Amino acid sequence: MIISALTILVYVLAAILIIAALFAVKQKDLLMAVIGTSAISVVLSIFFYILQAPDVALTEAAIGVALSTIIFVITIKKTERYEE
Amino acid sequence: MRKVLAVLLLAIVGYYMIDSFLKIPFGENRNTVGDYYLNTTVKETGSVNTVTSIVVNYRGFDTLGEVTVLFLATTGLAAILFENKKRKRRLQHASLIVRVGAHLIYPLIILLGAYVFIHGHLTPGGGFQGGAIIATGVLLMFMSYRSFEVSHKLLVYFESIAGIAFVTIGLSGLIWGTSFLENILPLGIPNSLFSAGVIPIIYIAVGVKVGAELTGLLDNLLKTIK
Repeated sequence: MIISALTILVYVLAAILIIAALFAVKQKDLLMAVIGTSAISVVLSIFFYILQAPDVALTEAAIGVALSTIIFVITIKKTERYEE
Repeated sequence: MRKVLAVLLLAIVGYYMIDSFLKIPFGENRNTVGDYYLNTTVKETGSVNTVTSIVVNYRGFDTLGEVTVLFLATTGLAAILFENKKRKRRLQHASLIVRVGAHLIYPLIILLGAYVFIHGHLTPGGGFQGGAIIATGVLLMFMSYRSFEVSHKLLVYFESIAGIAFVTIGLSGLIWGTSFLENILPLGIPNSLFSAGVIPIIYIAVGVKVGAELTGLLDNLLKTIK
């Protein structure tokens, strides 16, 4: 069985995705959790590009990485940073 | 008694889930709609990007609904955050490196956003993506220069004109064609900038509208930080 470079990339990205998702759920510091969700968005947009959906990848990159992150950061700034 | 009932219910649900999962034909093409779109979009709409032709032409009415939902969301946020006095962002500039970098990148990001929505019918992307990219560029300036201001009056004008343009194009399809948002302009040669009839005009309107809305939303949110 021949393992291509793309397959290795997909497995590595999937591992990063799962680690980032677990990090975002388990983290008590909400700012770090937001960074985790932002990392999920980065990996997801690469996945969309690999799966031949560049339109969705652009949306995910612009909205998931930049805009939703800044909205969460502003909300955390106005409320509390640490989860009880 | 309760446990027996729970196990029974779980067994029934599990049986049907496994049954339906085993019936999924993996690696088989059963979706004929996709083939239809891929084969006929260039002929019918003149747009090379199939996703754009579906979003703006075949499902144009849904896009109008999405734009309306975004408009209502930003209006609602502005109403919640409304204060009667004039607000300013906290005056504290970022470091010199960030400021100079932002100044260099900001026009390029705006240009990229405009490119993405003007070329929506040729390359991947479109109005929503381009508008979001433009809002990201303005956000960079907001964060590095605390005195950077965007005129809300201008944003409102842009947004209203873009929204009115979208609806007007839809209604003109009803007047000179047969249905709302019908492609009434000539299709032109596929894969050139002036092609695909009304699709580029609608996507430019959507891009301007989304960019203005998201910029106003970010400005409103950032001004609430004390």
